[in-house]
Amino acid sequence: MVLNWKYGGLLLGLVFFLAVLLVKPIGVSTQFVILDGIVWDMQNPEIVTQTDEGYTSTNAYLAKSGGKYAKSVANPVNYSFIFVIAMMVGALVSSSLRKGIPKGERMVPAIWKANYGGNVLKRWLVAFAGGFIVLYGARLAGGCTSGHMMSGMMQTAISGYVFAAGAFLAAFPTALYMFKEEG
Amino acid sequence: MLHIVLAIVIGAGFGAVLDRIGATNPNWIGRMLNLTNLHLMKTILLAIGVASVLMFGGQMLGLVDVGHMSVKTAYVGVFIGGLMLGLGWAASGFCPGTGVCAAASGRIDALFFVAGGLLGAAAYMLSYPFWQGLGVLSGKAWTLGAIPGTDYPAAIPTLQGDLAGLAIGGAFIVIAFILPRRLAGRKAPAGHPAE
Repeated sequence: MVLNWKYGGLLLGLVFFLAVLLVKPIGVSTQFVILDGIVWDMQNPEIVTQTDEGYTSTNAYLAKSGGKYAKSVANPVNYSFIFVIAMMVGALVSSSLRKGIPKGERMVPAIWKANYGGNVLKRWLVAFAGGFIVLYGARLAGGCTSGHMMSGMMQTAISGYVFAAGAFLAAFPTALYMFKEEG
Repeated sequence: MLHIVLAIVIGAGFGAVLDRIGATNPNWIGRMLNLTNLHLMKTILLAIGVASVLMFGGQMLGLVDVGHMSVKTAYVGVFIGGLMLGLGWAASGFCPGTGVCAAASGRIDALFFVAGGLLGAAAYMLSYPFWQGLGVLSGKAWTLGAIPGTDYPAAIPTLQGDLAGLAIGGAFIVIAFILPRRLAGRKAPAGHPAE
């Protein structure tokens, strides 16, 4: 059972407000790049290097904005990276307190099963491809649902409105086409 | 050190709330996006409204540091990337934040989403110079109105940004209340939360 939207919305709004009050707006998708960078730098230490002014990278994306991503790759114990790990722990604890997710649902969600049956490989393939497109798009856009849509629109950022317009313009028709059964 | 403690506290709170509102559950995302159950949409709209009103209201009262705002740049790639994210979000039922939370709470399909996401982010890291060359990555960090105490350029310079923020926050809250539970379909699955 989920929280009634009035309580849920209030709580979620408070979290976004507290983040801005105490530190900075919430964002998640950058940390996929940081984790990629950490793994890449472990394979090849030439990727991220320290300079007199800070950090830089042989990868143009990690080196952009004065090496801000390169710096996070070199120092994983930073606010934004720990934030995402804490999110995962928070979700796990919250879901465990309610006896977790049923076994069948863990493999294939009900709405998928109602439309496409219980074939796990098909579902996992779409989840993988979906993840690829979502993160590629989020990095191209410079943020995701939390960074652009929620944090952006709450600050009246034009980028937030532009992002939300693009996201929903694609998401509604896709879901209407793919999920005709409600599940 | 204080920042790390805050990251743990706020991050854990965010993850727990995402779980409790159903955002980490692909069924709720799917039903929101196929318009058969807008409960989650009402939650999200209310949250944006509440956060906006508290932040701009707090700024006007001098209780919230304007310097903590961080407005992202608007450029053509924001729209293209938004389209891509929307497509993958609808197909998979996950976005970056809810995907990692769902994976942590034991959803196996979310693990595949996260793996795909790491590969997608890596692909973007490698193709970044291409998009830069196209010129779709430059723009400005506009806000709707001019927000006192910030340097963000205003889309409507004559508009007072903090008042506009309050008004828009209020509008989000109103829309959350008047938005119907469903716009399509007939069955009403899981539409009656107990709490």
